[in-house]
Amino acid sequence: MDRIREKLNILADAAKYDVSCSSSGSKRTNHNKGLGDSSGMGICHSYTEDGRCVSLLKILLTNHCIYDCAYCVTRKSNDIKRAAFKVQEVVDLTVNFYRRNYIEGLFLSSGIFKDADYTMERLVAVAKKLRTEERFNGYIHLKSIPGASDELMREAGLYADRLSVNIEIPTKEGLKRLAPDKHHEDFIKPMKKVKHEILLYQSEKKIIKSTPKYAPAGQSTQMIVGASGETDQQIMYTSQFFYKKFNMKRVYYSGYVPVSHDHRLPAIGTQVPMLRENRLYQTDWLMRFYGFDVTEILNKDHPNLDVDIDPKLGWAIRNMQYFPVDINKAERWLLARVPGIGVKSVHKIIAARRFRKLGWEHLQKIGIAVSRARYFIVCDSKDFERRDLSGAQIKSMILQQSSSKYQSFYNQQLQLFS
Amino acid sequence: MHIGAYTLVYDRTFDGLLSCVFQVFDRKLKTVEIIKSGASMVSLFSEVFPVTTNEQHAQRVWQGLRKKLPVRGTHNLYAAFLSEQPKVEDLLLGYIRHIFHSDRSVAGDYTNLYVLKIAQFAKNVGREAHRMEAFVRFKRTKDGLYFANITPDFDVLPLIARHFKSRYADQRWMIYDLTRKYGIYYDLDTVETVELNLADDHKATANAGLIFDPAELAFQQLWKDYFDHTNIRERKNTKLHVQHVPRRYWKYLSEKGGSC
Repeated sequence: MDRIREKLNILADAAKYDVSCSSSGSKRTNHNKGLGDSSGMGICHSYTEDGRCVSLLKILLTNHCIYDCAYCVTRKSNDIKRAAFKVQEVVDLTVNFYRRNYIEGLFLSSGIFKDADYTMERLVAVAKKLRTEERFNGYIHLKSIPGASDELMREAGLYADRLSVNIEIPTKEGLKRLAPDKHHEDFIKPMKKVKHEILLYQSEKKIIKSTPKYAPAGQSTQMIVGASGETDQQIMYTSQFFYKKFNMKRVYYSGYVPVSHDHRLPAIGTQVPMLRENRLYQTDWLMRFYGFDVTEILNKDHPNLDVDIDPKLGWAIRNMQYFPVDINKAERWLLARVPGIGVKSVHKIIAARRFRKLGWEHLQKIGIAVSRARYFIVCDSKDFERRDLSGAQIKSMILQQSSSKYQSFYNQQLQLFS
Repeated sequence: MHIGAYTLVYDRTFDGLLSCVFQVFDRKLKTVEIIKSGASMVSLFSEVFPVTTNEQHAQRVWQGLRKKLPVRGTHNLYAAFLSEQPKVEDLLLGYIRHIFHSDRSVAGDYTNLYVLKIAQFAKNVGREAHRMEAFVRFKRTKDGLYFANITPDFDVLPLIARHFKSRYADQRWMIYDLTRKYGIYYDLDTVETVELNLADDHKATANAGLIFDPAELAFQQLWKDYFDHTNIRERKNTKLHVQHVPRRYWKYLSEKGGSC
């Protein structure tokens, strides 16, 4: 027991910088009266004190690693305690946590010991044991080890719900500098294989219904933010590339937590760029759910996102020619572009305006942020913004009436840069 | 004396409430108030009569609603009922009247008071149900039963039974609502409602050694270890943490020192 505790502590510590915690999007029902079901939405069973969701048992199989990537806490040259789980130990922990309703499943990653295939084999062995011996239908997220063979990647997808390779550094040059033993191609290869297998599964499934599932929750990747001096534009263009080219379900952004005295990286004690991370996620949402193209938000005139306002408001005040929008007539895509109106509100506005023309009071009830949206819309009321305000004026008015939870944070950041 | 105002009393079940609704339409009652049996009566000037739950009547009302509402709409209606809020019966009656008096589906009319209110209650109840799906922590007893106590804000057991049944199909489990003094028990086949004779000051932990599997505490410890070590100290954000797990839920969570 004490040995297991120690291993768990070391290997949970080492896995925590992987931010993915998603446990949704799979379609694995409990068909065999076994244990678990991952057909519904994901559930966060707890939250860490940093406010992140805990839905999966997220651990490394081992933190022994042959690589020496500067940004990674598990790098070969780092003087830390090392440990390794046995396959059966991970299986037992997963099942016992799951049965007590602590978790939705397992997220298993690993340092690379010996070589890529040897490591990937062990990860697959855990997933296989869970699915076949324990009849486990909970969620399994496996890390694809860069450089693993196509055969192993094929097998991994038969047991896992999601597969991911973390690209970590958004640019090839950055990667070369910080992880000299790794090659961009090694990351791309397993992604290609997984994408190919998913497409194959989808087309075969149409003909043969019993085709075994292949990674039903798709694949994802992660980039570290603020470790290699990249711009927001570089990050988000890379992100768009992965969404389009590999049909990624998610790209995660992880503000770099300094773990090294390496001169190539921010020093230990440097603040984690959480605000920047937040703005990147907002941009990611605009791309995936609001119909924005990344070039509208980030381009050579605007290579970085505003810190003091969110990217949707930023876009709006630079593109005042689209506004004001008539709430009672505008099409869905245009409504979705109004600052202060979210996806759910768009849906409600469209449903409700079939019954009557909507005025300010209605919009308030529906739940849109009128104080923000009022500069950009007209509705069934004589009362609307008549002044011909410039984008900059609107920005300062909105900033005056709102107090961002990040205010102290970006004031400080601005001072640093001025 | 005929005064034209009625107070209908029902047995606290959903079918009972729908039976009242049936009476309202059947007898063309105008001014109506529906109250739970046992609740104190406040209306001095209305005629009181108890309504016996009639499954056929309830079904007729329910089927009528299903024709007029999308699935989410009928679900919201039921969820709002489970909120147990004061006067929710009158709100539901008002909404149902509004539904039957309109020619088309009213579910999307987000500016209507009833639609908004019902959606709001349903949202609160749904959120609590989801929290129970997340925060229930089973403890394994010596005879292999996975047991959990809860004290939810609303009567959510009917909403979460199916989730737990499909998830834990190969283990016996019980979730007991200490506030409402009933639970749901799964015997590897079906989920049934059960009532236990628990003392008022019942504490599951008091006799932990006698009741629970010897390995139970070890797994709670491992889970606590995991919880502590998956945290990133440099990112500490207590406000966000408490927003996600309000303090009143900590009692369920062994990783937060709870022992419910």
